[in-house]
Amino acid sequence: MSDMQDPMVARIEANPAYQALKRKRNGLGWTLTILMLVVYYGFIGLIAFDKEFLAQPISDGVTTLGIPIAFGVIVFTIAITGLYVRRANSEYDRLTAQILEDAAR
Amino acid sequence: MNASKMKASLALAAMTASNIALAAGGDLGQVDKQPTNWVAISMFAVFVIATLWITKWAAARTRSAADFYTAGGGITGFQNGLAIAGDYMSAASFLGISAMVMSSGFDGIIYSVGFLVGWPIITFLMAERLRNLGKFTFADVAGYRFNQTPIRAFAASGTLVVVAFYLIAQMVGAGALIKLLFGLEYWIAVVIVGGLMMVYVLFGGMTATTWVQIIKACLLLAGVTFMAFMVLANYGFSPEALFAKGVQVKTQLAAAAATTPEESAGAAAKGLSIMGPGGFIKDPISAISFGMALMFGTAGLPHILMRFFTVPDAKQARKSVFWATTWIGYFYILIFIIGFGAIALVLTNPAYADPVTGTIQGGPNMAAVLVGKAVGGNLFMGFISAVAFATILAVVAGLTLSGASAVSHDLYATVIMKGRPPAGTELRVSRATTLVLGVIAVLLGIAFEKQNVAFMVSLAFAIAASANFPVLILSLLWKDCTTRGAVIGGFLGLVSSVALTVVSPSVWEATLGNPAGSAWFPYTSPALFSMAIAFAGIWFFSITDRSAQAAKERGAFKAQQVRAETGLGASKSSGH
Repeated sequence: MSDMQDPMVARIEANPAYQALKRKRNGLGWTLTILMLVVYYGFIGLIAFDKEFLAQPISDGVTTLGIPIAFGVIVFTIAITGLYVRRANSEYDRLTAQILEDAAR
Repeated sequence: MNASKMKASLALAAMTASNIALAAGGDLGQVDKQPTNWVAISMFAVFVIATLWITKWAAARTRSAADFYTAGGGITGFQNGLAIAGDYMSAASFLGISAMVMSSGFDGIIYSVGFLVGWPIITFLMAERLRNLGKFTFADVAGYRFNQTPIRAFAASGTLVVVAFYLIAQMVGAGALIKLLFGLEYWIAVVIVGGLMMVYVLFGGMTATTWVQIIKACLLLAGVTFMAFMVLANYGFSPEALFAKGVQVKTQLAAAAATTPEESAGAAAKGLSIMGPGGFIKDPISAISFGMALMFGTAGLPHILMRFFTVPDAKQARKSVFWATTWIGYFYILIFIIGFGAIALVLTNPAYADPVTGTIQGGPNMAAVLVGKAVGGNLFMGFISAVAFATILAVVAGLTLSGASAVSHDLYATVIMKGRPPAGTELRVSRATTLVLGVIAVLLGIAFEKQNVAFMVSLAFAIAASANFPVLILSLLWKDCTTRGAVIGGFLGLVSSVALTVVSPSVWEATLGNPAGSAWFPYTSPALFSMAIAFAGIWFFSITDRSAQAAKERGAFKAQQVRAETGLGASKSSGH
């Protein structure tokens, strides 16, 4: 199925812009992946090791610190997904289109 | 209180929070049959007629295998995002997690967060690569540079095992739920679900399935939005006031249930305990393992991965995950509010709940439905019941389609016909498989009626995380991965996740009836161990692979990477 002999593939592989795109996009992807893992397993770790921290009330009421943290994790999840998609769909897709165009020439 | 209700409430009291958590994964439990609910049935009939009409329209557009598997690739990112949300938000999440919030408060949201956090991983590492390399199934991607026969055989096994467990859990849940909501017999409910699912998939393929999922997602999101709004409106839109009411209700229930002075003194603390983590997470290993199953399982579910091939390009694939994540996250936030609404509005109302024991009509899984009744009357309760039924239909249709594609595209067209199936036969095989899967699903649904299937959704996630995900991610990102490594490591993950689940408490003790404490594997989920086994297996059997085939596969990585990163030569939408 894959074809190393395809001249398009070889031209793209040799294009420094492609190498730069790969580095940039994967750099962002992995950074955000690690961030997500830290946030999620941090949350799970708090539940596993320090339940009291999450169960402490914020002020005089019954709302605990756990509530904004849990909701925060949900909002954070949506937000970093949005951040990546925005970057990838604008900047990185422009670079990709340019690379494909150069290779077709 | 009659004897069976008494038994049910005792059983409920004996249940630990973690058991409820597992139940939230898919088992709706044994339930009492309710009087036939005509409002709900007529609302559901409207949904069925509308979706059958869409299926008729979709059938006219389903001519090729590409139409059947991917709706011709012409779905937009926004539509696909809704469809993914519709595929993913099951009745078990809707009814089970709101029930869990009602019974143990904060613990419910731990479950919700786990179901959401896999989506960014899909976005950052997989979505665009899937779209750029794949055509119909995730095996197209996992096997891009590999020897087709073994990798497809593995991928089809992984798909069918995950689909089977997920499907059984949904069918059993559907039967129980419909008995509960509509007052129909269990087997009738299972046959209706199986029959409708077959009609959607058989005639309308991916186009009909997608629209059923989109409509279901819109109805479900509209329903929960209304409920959460009304619940908050009762408390002046102050979450603090709602939570305070919840704590007050739980304190009163604890005080009423207290039999000793110490218990009475502890009632306030017990009431307040719903605002923090409780017994859901027993030990750190279970917590991490279960978290891994949910996070990486999401990224290995075949029916979810398949949805990325329905959009025209990588840009739309990314948009799909963004919208899916947004809607699913929004849904889970509202479910938490609805769960507290159940404490505040359902547990306090003698028409719905026993004010002393806190048991509600029809069992804990009725929490969300009764909130619907409390804020919107009988008509809205009928609407919510119909939405819950529609939810199951959308999920099972997606599962069946994915199982059928594994058989027709991976096994028949690629393995048996060596990639050259005679014209039209692939589509015929997928339709025949749909029929067979539908019949099997109905039979298994009936066979498992009295079984405890609570573990099955968790197991499906654990298998997806331990077999499909490691193979897919390493074939995409690791140059030295070979067919031998992927297939052996993948099967090791598949077998170990199933085996460890069988000897874990939820199956060994709860389902097979062995004495408590006799389970060999003490943790809630096998994922931490079975994922490690899969990754280690793929790594070891890849690096020790010195065959000529392996050298060729390593050599093909750069070309695969170019295509995955840039979309060069990606399959285009067939258009209409």
